[in-house]
Amino acid sequence: MTTASSADQRRPKQIHLAAHFPGVNNTTVWSDPAAGSHIEFASFRRFAQTAERAKFDFLFLAEGLRLREQGGLIYDLDVVGRPDTFTVLAALAAVTSRIGLAGTINSTFNEPYEVARQFASLDHLSAGRAAWNVVTSWDAFTGENFRRGGFLPREERYTRAEQFLSTAKELFDSWRGDEIVADKASGRFLSDPAAGAFKHKDDHFSIEGRFNVPRSPQGRPVIFQAGDSDEGREFAARSADAIFSRHARLADGQAFYRDVKRRLAAYGRTSRDLLILPAATFVLGDTDEEAAERAHEVRRAQVSGQTAIKLLEQVWNRDLSAYDPEGPLPEIDPDPGEHTVARGRASVRQVRDPLAVAREWRELAAAENLSIREVIIRTSARQVFVGSPATVARTIDEYVQADASDGFILVPHITPGGLDEFADKVVPLLQERGVFRTEYEGTTLRDHLGLRTPQPGERQEEAS
Amino acid sequence: MSETSASSPDSDPSAAGGPDPADGPLHLAVALQDAGWHPAAWREPDARPRELFDAGYWTDAVREAERGLLDFVTFEDSLAPQSASPFAPDDRTDQVRGRLDAVLVAARVAPLTERIGLVPTLVATHTEPFHLSKAVATLDYVSTGRAGLRVQIAPQPHVAAHFGRREFPPLPERDFNAPQVQQLIADLFDEAADYVEVVRRLWDSWEDDAEIRDAATGRFIDRDKLHYIDFEGRFFKVKGPSITPRPPQGQPPVAALAHASVPYRLVARSADIGFVTPQDAGHAARIVAEIRQEQQEAGRSAERLHVFGDVLVFLDEDAGAAQARRERLDGLLDEPYTSDAPVFAGTPRGLADLLLDLRAAGLTGFRLRPADADRDLKAITRGLVPELQRRGAFRRSYEAATLRGLLGLPRPANRYATAAARA
Repeated sequence: MTTASSADQRRPKQIHLAAHFPGVNNTTVWSDPAAGSHIEFASFRRFAQTAERAKFDFLFLAEGLRLREQGGLIYDLDVVGRPDTFTVLAALAAVTSRIGLAGTINSTFNEPYEVARQFASLDHLSAGRAAWNVVTSWDAFTGENFRRGGFLPREERYTRAEQFLSTAKELFDSWRGDEIVADKASGRFLSDPAAGAFKHKDDHFSIEGRFNVPRSPQGRPVIFQAGDSDEGREFAARSADAIFSRHARLADGQAFYRDVKRRLAAYGRTSRDLLILPAATFVLGDTDEEAAERAHEVRRAQVSGQTAIKLLEQVWNRDLSAYDPEGPLPEIDPDPGEHTVARGRASVRQVRDPLAVAREWRELAAAENLSIREVIIRTSARQVFVGSPATVARTIDEYVQADASDGFILVPHITPGGLDEFADKVVPLLQERGVFRTEYEGTTLRDHLGLRTPQPGERQEEAS
Repeated sequence: MSETSASSPDSDPSAAGGPDPADGPLHLAVALQDAGWHPAAWREPDARPRELFDAGYWTDAVREAERGLLDFVTFEDSLAPQSASPFAPDDRTDQVRGRLDAVLVAARVAPLTERIGLVPTLVATHTEPFHLSKAVATLDYVSTGRAGLRVQIAPQPHVAAHFGRREFPPLPERDFNAPQVQQLIADLFDEAADYVEVVRRLWDSWEDDAEIRDAATGRFIDRDKLHYIDFEGRFFKVKGPSITPRPPQGQPPVAALAHASVPYRLVARSADIGFVTPQDAGHAARIVAEIRQEQQEAGRSAERLHVFGDVLVFLDEDAGAAQARRERLDGLLDEPYTSDAPVFAGTPRGLADLLLDLRAAGLTGFRLRPADADRDLKAITRGLVPELQRRGAFRRSYEAATLRGLLGLPRPANRYATAAARA
């Protein structure tokens, strides 16, 4: 961090922590006796209040706009279904007072005017705690749920996302913040008859008129970006306040961190203007050994025999329902053609060369005599932090001090109580280490994240 | 349990269909908008115009309405700043401009209230039925069964320009009856009917017991209880199923404001509650007859469809004071405020007389528009409500936990479950 002030040099780098409400994939263990509803508001309230009690920066809700399918059928082994992101976040604003409220909202199946007014409204209704994870989807499969459809050629994805975001920023900035005078005596409500006026034209959006939500407490919501490609990183360096990254391991995280932070200078931005926050799972135990045992149990719960076959099909791109999960890997090779087995699942689009994966897995299975299920347990996402509270606190601190990240978005595997143990046992240790707040110092999410409140009309592109 | 309502609507067999009996309990809602419906209301001494964009302002208003045991509140909304003209934007600086998203305001208030229904407005013309279906379903979850929605169209070209996806012809006030304008309006109402159909099918796209969490088979859901809606209409198609399970009420009530035959048809075909604006009892009877006729033609005569009268109110203990207040507020404008709804300035007793009179003409309830969101709302909850209670015409406590329950609407069977059982 080249921009640290002298005060900051005496104080260790502070960690940012967020809580990801457990999602609709096999990380979430619904078969656990402690698992509760992932739809009822009581679960969200409990989860948010735990995160706020632990002084977390924000909580995060993901989004998916079409139920996943595999083999032409709705996928039924994981948690299925979720409520509307905006509506839950607005309701959570009523039962929390400080914690940030972040949600993924897709830019493909919405229009800037509507999304900008929803986020500006959420920011008003939460007194400055809104954050938007901007994602772009491009599949016609999800588009079937929307009147505008959804197909977008791959090369247009980031252009559309960037233009969507810059249009939304123009709308947020169309009110400066001083227009409402509400002077009863003179009868002047607005100081400016053109408050909210905008006119925007680019390849994707040609809109004009007047925005109808006055400037919100944070000016704009905090902007997250989650893409991992080169264009995604560049987009984040140019336009985002934080990255929701996939790189939680030390070396991997450090490489990502260096790569993204070095891109900032080109846009006149410093290292502190963009936070890197990887998603991270965790399993705690009284001792490291106990945690390791629990982690293994959790992995077995996450990867049942049926789930192992389904995950294998996602790589093989074939119907493998006849295979025994406790038996060996199929001798038949993956079908390297167009993926037809699983739809509506982001991870499938990220599978690398399936023939190479099959080769690696066969070598692993042969060397250690592993079944299909054991191979999947070994190769699909393992927990990031496993250990006693002391070990996990120390590891998180080391990662952040070593610039593998600026903090973590924690993903518990149990709804809604999966954060309790971390809040009760790990957070106090991080506070003792002097790397995590003991009280909220500000009121807005930008305050918690150490981000400036943008001025109207201020564009990062123009700052360079 | 109220001594004035014969039995709980949830268990009343007559609740299954038909209009409320003319001597049954009256339903009462309040329409929340800005600082009130009079454009100068924000200048009143007790008005809080600088708080219109804060959660506390809306929470206070809805809690006041709940203290008055009202059935529900509606939240106005639009995809453009307010305007003195219904057809075009203006550049006035002397009236409230700017408003928050109505669904989010309702959601923000939901955990802080317990019994009152929450009915945000949504604009069908420029939004996605998939998004709004799950948003209102979620409002139903966060309010544990108190959500509704009020559907509206936006034919104005300046609103369309905020989205840039469609172009509408100008809507000059004097040519409002021109054929091309009337055709556009008719199309947008047809589109709104399709929109409501999609929203409703998506609510039913999960059967109530679709989530099984069956450890033995490893299945979280029984996917045979999830349904593609496969809607294809003149304006759009939507596949489904929803990503959100069926809401607690099954089908949150749908409302629409209607001033003419085309929207009356939308009410009769698609809604659970119509808001209408009769100028007197005779007018009310004619509107109700037209809607009931359309309801029958739509094959819905067995369903309970509420027709509420909208009335804009100035209420004071002294009729002269209410009238004087109206004149004083009008004096702050270039010309007196007029409304699409009838305007009443008088006492709670006088208003109770009027409402019971209109109810005898066939209306089942009323949506009152307080001229001043503070003073007139309190006059409704603290003046009108006790007056109606004294006459045995309004509840003395909430008799149901859901909005459908308050409105005497049974929880409906799932259309897809019925189809599956028949097959």
